[in-house]
Amino acid sequence: MMDFGFKISPSSTINLDKVDLEKFTRLHEIEPDVYKCMACGSCSSTCPAGRFSGMSLRKVILDLQRGKEKEAVAMMKNCMLCGKCTMVCPRGINTRHLILSIYRIYAEDEK
Amino acid sequence: MRERFLTGYNDFVLPFVCGMLFVLAYCLIGMIRIIMQLPGEDRKRFFISLVTPKTLVKNIKDIFLKCLIHVDLWKRNKLLGYMHSSIAFGWFMLILVGHIEVFLYTSNLGAKALYYPIFFRYFVAETESTMKGSLIFFLMDFFLLVVLSGIALAIIKRVRSRLFGMRRTTNPSFTDLIGLYSLWSIFPLRLLAESFTADISGGSFLTKSLNYVFTEFLSNHANMLPAWWAYSCALGIFFFVLPFSRYMHIPTEILLIPLRNAGIRIVNARKGLAKAQVYSCPSCGLCIDACPMGVLKGNIRDTTVYLNRQIRRNNESRIEEISDKCLLCGKCTAVCPVGVEGDKLRIAQRSIRRYNFGPDYSNIDVQNEVRRCNKFVNGNNNSVSRPDSHKLLYFAGCMTALTPAIMQATESILKKSGTEYEVMDRDGGICCGRPMFMAGRLEEAREMVRKNTEIILGSGADTLLLSCPICYRIFREEYSLPGIRVIHHTEFMNELISEGKLKVRKGSTRYVFHDPCELGRGCGVYEQPRSVLSAAGELVEAAKNRRESICCGGSLGSLTLGFDKRKAMTENAVANLMSESPDEIVTACPLCQATFGRYSEIPVEDIATVIDRNSK
Repeated sequence: MMDFGFKISPSSTINLDKVDLEKFTRLHEIEPDVYKCMACGSCSSTCPAGRFSGMSLRKVILDLQRGKEKEAVAMMKNCMLCGKCTMVCPRGINTRHLILSIYRIYAEDEK
Repeated sequence: MRERFLTGYNDFVLPFVCGMLFVLAYCLIGMIRIIMQLPGEDRKRFFISLVTPKTLVKNIKDIFLKCLIHVDLWKRNKLLGYMHSSIAFGWFMLILVGHIEVFLYTSNLGAKALYYPIFFRYFVAETESTMKGSLIFFLMDFFLLVVLSGIALAIIKRVRSRLFGMRRTTNPSFTDLIGLYSLWSIFPLRLLAESFTADISGGSFLTKSLNYVFTEFLSNHANMLPAWWAYSCALGIFFFVLPFSRYMHIPTEILLIPLRNAGIRIVNARKGLAKAQVYSCPSCGLCIDACPMGVLKGNIRDTTVYLNRQIRRNNESRIEEISDKCLLCGKCTAVCPVGVEGDKLRIAQRSIRRYNFGPDYSNIDVQNEVRRCNKFVNGNNNSVSRPDSHKLLYFAGCMTALTPAIMQATESILKKSGTEYEVMDRDGGICCGRPMFMAGRLEEAREMVRKNTEIILGSGADTLLLSCPICYRIFREEYSLPGIRVIHHTEFMNELISEGKLKVRKGSTRYVFHDPCELGRGCGVYEQPRSVLSAAGELVEAAKNRRESICCGGSLGSLTLGFDKRKAMTENAVANLMSESPDEIVTACPLCQATFGRYSEIPVEDIATVIDRNSK
């Protein structure tokens, strides 16, 4: 570390968020691309499962970031893994692998 | 022939005898285990196929042509074919003729039968009965020469594999190397050992001549025993490392061929047929050059040959990495000389992965869908249906929904030909299940298959038309639709044109056809799209086509490859298609079209849009 004669003090932000993001951190480790999502909704608008159940990957990602795991898991159960969202994602997120990772990390009977 | 020793035994036979008994025991136990691991139904079918004359003849023919002559390798490259068949067939003939000479010239064999056919020349002295070695001894020397020529080629292949039509070869593992060097040394040592005794036991053009030429060295009988010991040790070492090296493919392939001919499919990821396939892999590395991911050097270690090696080592993390990365294009399966199914093997590895929860489609109301497309059911049909016309249901599929031009063109062709049809998923429908199947979640995929089956059977149609080969493959393999013909739009257009229902103008555009993996290697449809295209223009071929066509890189098969990593593969596939500088790339898969469209400099179109534009 170079000595500038001063130090940057550690952040004094107080985090009042009560959400436990432990699982989302794990998801992010496997799938760094999850932060690339800009919630444009291309995935949701092309999703064939959306017509039957209102499935939306955009919502799932937002829900997981906000700790609404129960809603996200319920929605994930409708995915058909067809890969249309991968094809249309403007950020090039590998959504199919992201979805499979969600199936692995999160569980159904949560709290 | 006269026996030289009263006991007919010398200690040097021990390494060979121990090695041989070890290998035989290992293979016997392994074979019983694999057969016991098969599901009961498959095992029964396997035993029945063994006694059915037709499959029996096919088994013997396949074992002879594939294991000994290596016909597939001959077709690929003459030198490669000669190298393998000279070693395999030559060695087999040495063993066969060796047994014949022993049974001709000796009596009261007993335990000596274990090693006499291999070390016969040491134990006997020549008499008049061999006709100066004119027949049997000549054959033995001839086949020894054949094997030696194969070994010489094998040594050359290690340094100059391109001469044999292989750009890259497998990196051998440690046990592979021990097996390789012991195999190489067996036959020169045999020549040396037999040359020492050629003046006593007789020999032919090779051994006897050597004995004469190097008479100072080779007629010194004090050197005789070390040579025979070395020969026996080389054999012993080879046999002891065989089960742990790639040479295990020699005995396993003999089991794999009848299993395949019995029509057994991979059920368990590691047991039964999968295990037989993994152990049948000779590590030849033909799949390395074939793999479309190979354009990026980092992916070479993820080819099927390395998957097989890692499965044998139970290296779980690497197995997962390799099987998830693959595009499942099936080219390694198409080029594999022993018939390892790299794509199915990987799907099986994916299927044993554990997930905390999974999809559930019970909330999808199928009846709603059935009502929408049951146009052909009696009472619901307002139009007058001609008896000879198809009652056709068109399933466009998810990928076609992203390329609406294909759907429009297909519908336009259906109208032009006057076919009565209904679209099953105009506003999107249930996925065919193939992408889920490829991700290894077989039960979830089957649930979608059941839902779609219900809709299709409820529609009253007699033909199901598909414009996506990904759907087409699972419809052919996993769906059971009694009374309904499943047909891809390339086949359908070919029929319309040959029946004269669709008139196509022939233009001067030069088209190149890209064989989609799922349509070509997956379903074996190669001719129909070509015949359709040549009706519309001039057809040129890509450098690698049909069974060896190169995946576009957009496949849904790969779970971990991101878009950035696929670019090089797509560019390589485009370059392959451009070899005869066509005006336009034509394919028959919406996914290939979208993928090529991203990087190709010339237009990329689906075959349906080309035909629609050129027909009236």
